[in-house]
Amino acid sequence: MNLLLTILFDGITYASWLFIVALGLTLVFGVLKILNIAHGSFYAVGAYAGASLVGWMLSMQMAPAFTVVALFAAAVGVAVLLAPLTERGILRMFYGRDEVLLVLVTYAMFLMLEDITKLLWGVNPYYVSDTYQAFGILNIAGQSYVGYDVLLIGLAIGCGLLTWWVLNRTRQGKIVTAVIHSAEVASSMGVNVSRIYTLAFMGGVFFAALGGALTAPMISVQPGLSVGVIIVSFAVVIIGGLGSIEGAAIGALIVGLSRATAVHIWPPAELFSIYVVMAVILMFRPEGMFQRIQARKI
Amino acid sequence: MEIAEKKWQRRFRPQWRHALLATAVAIAAAPALAQETFKVGIVSFLSGQAAESFGVPAVNGAKVLIDAFNKGQAPAPYNKPGFAGMKIEAVYVDEAGGATKQVQEMRNLYEREKVDAVVGYVGSGDCLAVAPVAEEMKRFLILYDCGTPRIFEENKYQYVFRTASHATMDNVALARYLKMRNVKVERYNLINQDYAWGQDSRKDFVLSMEQLYKGAKVEADLLPKFGAGQYGTEISALSTKPADILHSSLWGGDLQAFILQANARGVFQKQQGVFSAADHVLPALGDKMPNGVILGARGAYGLMSPKSALNDWWFSLYEKANNVYPVQAPYRMAQALFGLKAAAEKAMAANGGKKPTQEQLAAALKGSQWESPAGTIRMALGDGQQAIQDTAIGKTRYDAARKMVMLDDIQRFGAACVNPPANMKSEDWIKAGFPGAKCP
Repeated sequence: MNLLLTILFDGITYASWLFIVALGLTLVFGVLKILNIAHGSFYAVGAYAGASLVGWMLSMQMAPAFTVVALFAAAVGVAVLLAPLTERGILRMFYGRDEVLLVLVTYAMFLMLEDITKLLWGVNPYYVSDTYQAFGILNIAGQSYVGYDVLLIGLAIGCGLLTWWVLNRTRQGKIVTAVIHSAEVASSMGVNVSRIYTLAFMGGVFFAALGGALTAPMISVQPGLSVGVIIVSFAVVIIGGLGSIEGAAIGALIVGLSRATAVHIWPPAELFSIYVVMAVILMFRPEGMFQRIQARKI
Repeated sequence: MEIAEKKWQRRFRPQWRHALLATAVAIAAAPALAQETFKVGIVSFLSGQAAESFGVPAVNGAKVLIDAFNKGQAPAPYNKPGFAGMKIEAVYVDEAGGATKQVQEMRNLYEREKVDAVVGYVGSGDCLAVAPVAEEMKRFLILYDCGTPRIFEENKYQYVFRTASHATMDNVALARYLKMRNVKVERYNLINQDYAWGQDSRKDFVLSMEQLYKGAKVEADLLPKFGAGQYGTEISALSTKPADILHSSLWGGDLQAFILQANARGVFQKQQGVFSAADHVLPALGDKMPNGVILGARGAYGLMSPKSALNDWWFSLYEKANNVYPVQAPYRMAQALFGLKAAAEKAMAANGGKKPTQEQLAAALKGSQWESPAGTIRMALGDGQQAIQDTAIGKTRYDAARKMVMLDDIQRFGAACVNPPANMKSEDWIKAGFPGAKCP
């Protein structure tokens, strides 16, 4: 019983981190129809920005628990600065072109951001583990867990609910949904599609940067962060269905739980377990679990 | 005649004559100057996950050492400027990008940059890929860092060398340390990365433990992917399997993330941490490094380096230039460059003071030995192409007054104690119970 609870908690903890990152990826795909390879770079920039801001706050003798605010502020800062710059400055020039070209453009952005990150922050690691240790230790199913992990679960649920509420219960959200269904029709109804694209991309970058910033206290922030996260995030959104928020949540849970089960029961199958689950789901639902049926345009 | 001479003198005033003379001398000396340069291609990670831990510190070490060599500032017997008067010119290349790219980059170094030697490679996969290519091209190559024993155990080379011990030494020394210090081990946990380095390290440690701790049982045996970063699930799995020690060959960002996360959950209070290559994270982690962790440095490096005039000079040279003391990566780069200098000067002496050919250079390094900051390096394995060296293991203690992690209970192991003999493969040697090992 304890093992089952441990697997469940480990799986949910991993899934919560993954969900925040995948949420941004699926939002960008849903609205802009771009498979954003540079998402991993925004994650890395968020981690660096979060670590720098928290480091500064700690040097000003602020309480470590309070520095979680800095992690959010860092994500907002990255989204406000980088999203318009990249969406308006680069991506906009390629709208309407082949989807493969857009993937290559985001790959180029990924490479550029990798080097820019190194130029700005160097190659030395940044540590802000005081924040990670500021929320105490909890005993769950005979295991010691860090309180920060529980906080992460709460934040992931909060992010998911807030995004769902904005998209389904606000006027702006309805407009975004209209653009998701058909940018052309929305535009003919007077919607400023260009503005919606920028806002959606900003939302995507915010969630990527938030995922990175929230991870910063748990790791040493250094070059190379962006690659691993993007691969597993793609697995999540493919399982859930590209562009679906519910899909990202379920996909993250499936990945988190299958990984945790493998690590506890049969460790060599850790990676295999994620992709075998993905393959099985795609066999029965090639569009992912929550992908809406698309009307074919003639 | 006199008038003509005066006219000539007026036309070619002294300043013009000096300029003409200088130009003539420069033109005449040009081939000689080119002759006097020894070009070295230095390849290490300048980007990616291995940059911070290994690549950049190694290149920083190469820069200060080559500069000191060129100025003739190194202690005797390394005090001749450059390589016996030949200026050393370095070309730095990033190792990131995978084995296929590295093969192409190495070809470029030899064919376009016209380097006389390449010193490089941290990744075992890169070493396995470039070694046969250098051999085929008949070009001199020193592998300075990668760990896999397979390179010289499965192939024979003439132009390829490795100037540092392979990874077997690290894990044999760890197991021997535990035995010598009477650490009780009935059950042990393992966490190593799921690629060549992690799996080879795991295998060497488990085989060594089977010899030294008969009956000790492996509990959790985890192989997370390289660059995992998140270890929450692995830490739970390790915690559910109580064990006396926890062995790991994790390095760089993975090791730092694991230590931060595992320490916060009290893992090191319940299981003795035993890390095979962890010295390089000590300066960065500082007070976040738990006390009492047993660790190796892949040689007698950094805080475990032996006392000698050469080591004091090197340690201080690096520390002054980089504001941090040298750990394993710069030490391994330095011992490669000291070896190259010794071999180049030996080959030049045999070649009448002229720049040696690739064959002369290879013949000079083969089976040789030289003094490095970490002690004597002997090219004893792989038919004289693979080095063995002494190593050391120590235990961490944070010194609040000095604001740095110190290493206590340091135990030194001679090269012949922790490296296989020339006629045996590493795995066979461990399985046979370390025959021929000369230990204290």
